[in-house]
Amino acid sequence: MAKYIVKRLIMAVVAFIAVSAITFFVMNLIPGGPFTSEKAMTKEVIATLTKRYGLDKPIGVQYLNYMGNFLRGDWGVSLKTQREIWPDLQSRFGVSARLGLSALAIATVFGVIFGSISALTRNKWPDRLLVVLTTLGTAIPSFVLATLLMLLFCMQLNLLPIWDVHHPNYILPIISLAVYPMAYITRLTKTSMLDALNQDYITTAKAKGVPESKIIFVHALRNALIPVVTYLGPEVAYIITGSMVVESIFTIPGMGTMFVQSINDRDYPYIMAVTIFLAMLMIIANLITDIVYKIIDPRITFD
Amino acid sequence: MSEEEKYILQVKDLHTSFFTDNGEVQAVNGVNFNLKAGETMGIVGESGSGKSVTAYSIMQILAETGRVTQGEVLFNGENILKWPEKKLQKFRGEKISIIFQDPMTSLNPVFSIGWQLIEAIRLHTNKTKKEAWDRAVEMLTLVGVNEPEARMKQYPFELSGGMRQRIMIAMSLCCEPDVLIADEPTTALDVTIQAQILELMKDLQKRLGMAIIIVTHDLGVIASMCDEIMVMYGGRVCERGSADDIFYRPAHEYTKGLLRSIPRADNMKEKLIPIGGTPINMLNLPQGCAFCPRCANAMEICLREKPDEIKVGEGHRAACFMNVKEAFEEKEEA
Repeated sequence: MAKYIVKRLIMAVVAFIAVSAITFFVMNLIPGGPFTSEKAMTKEVIATLTKRYGLDKPIGVQYLNYMGNFLRGDWGVSLKTQREIWPDLQSRFGVSARLGLSALAIATVFGVIFGSISALTRNKWPDRLLVVLTTLGTAIPSFVLATLLMLLFCMQLNLLPIWDVHHPNYILPIISLAVYPMAYITRLTKTSMLDALNQDYITTAKAKGVPESKIIFVHALRNALIPVVTYLGPEVAYIITGSMVVESIFTIPGMGTMFVQSINDRDYPYIMAVTIFLAMLMIIANLITDIVYKIIDPRITFD
Repeated sequence: MSEEEKYILQVKDLHTSFFTDNGEVQAVNGVNFNLKAGETMGIVGESGSGKSVTAYSIMQILAETGRVTQGEVLFNGENILKWPEKKLQKFRGEKISIIFQDPMTSLNPVFSIGWQLIEAIRLHTNKTKKEAWDRAVEMLTLVGVNEPEARMKQYPFELSGGMRQRIMIAMSLCCEPDVLIADEPTTALDVTIQAQILELMKDLQKRLGMAIIIVTHDLGVIASMCDEIMVMYGGRVCERGSADDIFYRPAHEYTKGLLRSIPRADNMKEKLIPIGGTPINMLNLPQGCAFCPRCANAMEICLREKPDEIKVGEGHRAACFMNVKEAFEEKEEA
């Protein structure tokens, strides 16, 4: 196990270098630069600024400089706001993480419950209803859902206030973010639950005299959860780094909105910071998934 | 003690069907047998003859679509088919247990051996975790698993097929049931391991005194172990008797065919004669004898009527009109 984790960490470093390099070079290929939108600047000013931020150096050197600073713990300064990136990133990540984790927790709990219900009532009305709902859930894009929810609850029924920094109300954004993974987990749980319930070891459990509920929720569910965990790993990283669309619609100051903004601004250090942060989260989430995977399925070997 | 009370398990006119999209599959059609405590009974038959379904019906662990449609299963004189699910749960594993054909798939892959054994023990006793652990280790030792303490922490995938079958046996016997059903216990194992497992079962029977029902298609397995053998075809019993009756004095055309189709040590030169045709379609049972379409000596009556079991010797019965004919001819000669 320890050997495996060390191996994974080495892989993580390689992935980290690859991600940072690709982002850095591709980002510089996008036409325009950080100062192109500032109309009132003379050529001299731009040249000075470019020199000041080291943007006149060869791109390879720029990359090495960036990485050198990064490894010393310096996430850089935003070219747009002149503020340190790290504290800003932290606060934005906090917002996105709270939103994302709540959504995912709801999606997982209800997804597993609905999936189990669906499997146990196969071809009866609860299952049929869930099939329709999960099809809708996986088919409706989150921005459509978010807009519809906002229209319905905030404008028509006046039940909830529209997002406001002073009165944050996370209900609608959480629902918008949770629907897709919930529908997906429901389907995943249903399929793997049905598969598990048909296995010989379920007959064995029945023959041992295990009560029905324990057969379903211990013997079958443990096996059925394996694919769900595989799905959850990357999904955690994906969802907590913020859904750009949902955050934009609700104007939530999370990572998603910031990411889009920084690309539009050609705010190079910010783009790098967000990408690297995202990549690291992804790597960590995958590592945790593998470990959890090993815990619920002892057959997995790491060697 | 009355005749009825002597038996630990009695099956009377058992009918089991599976209700599928294609119609009713009549897997078992009127099976009767009695089993005394400590006895061993063998059920032989080819795939689809209803032998496993009979076993599953007794334990009430049929697949969702399956249902006993008629008959009784009496355990110590009580009809278990009338019992509520709660009572059946106590019954399974404690009074009667089963080992399955494929030890590779019948243990849950994500729980340790110890967890699965302890669960079986604690379901039916008030033992603490520690006591159950000790009991599990004791059972593993009894079934000849080496290093039982270490095995407790292992997972099924870490063990061989033979080892897993031993663990299944340990699990099924940990509450000392009165009846053990072994559904093709050796089919998935290689020959040397088969012999070991059968030896083990015989040995455990002597020590623990339970009755055993062995379900198999392997006549070799049954010959050495059983007090009584029941040959099944098309969901019905076609012949029953001692091992000697079945092997040396077969009275049903199907049993005869079955014996002609297996190699014998004393007659290696003769060509094997397979039974022609294919097993019957259980969705559409023939009106007469189920074996009739494949029977070389079928008579007109076989097409029309189902033969009843007829006594052909002491404790030896067969459901075949040929015997009636022979008896009739013998009478005429005399």
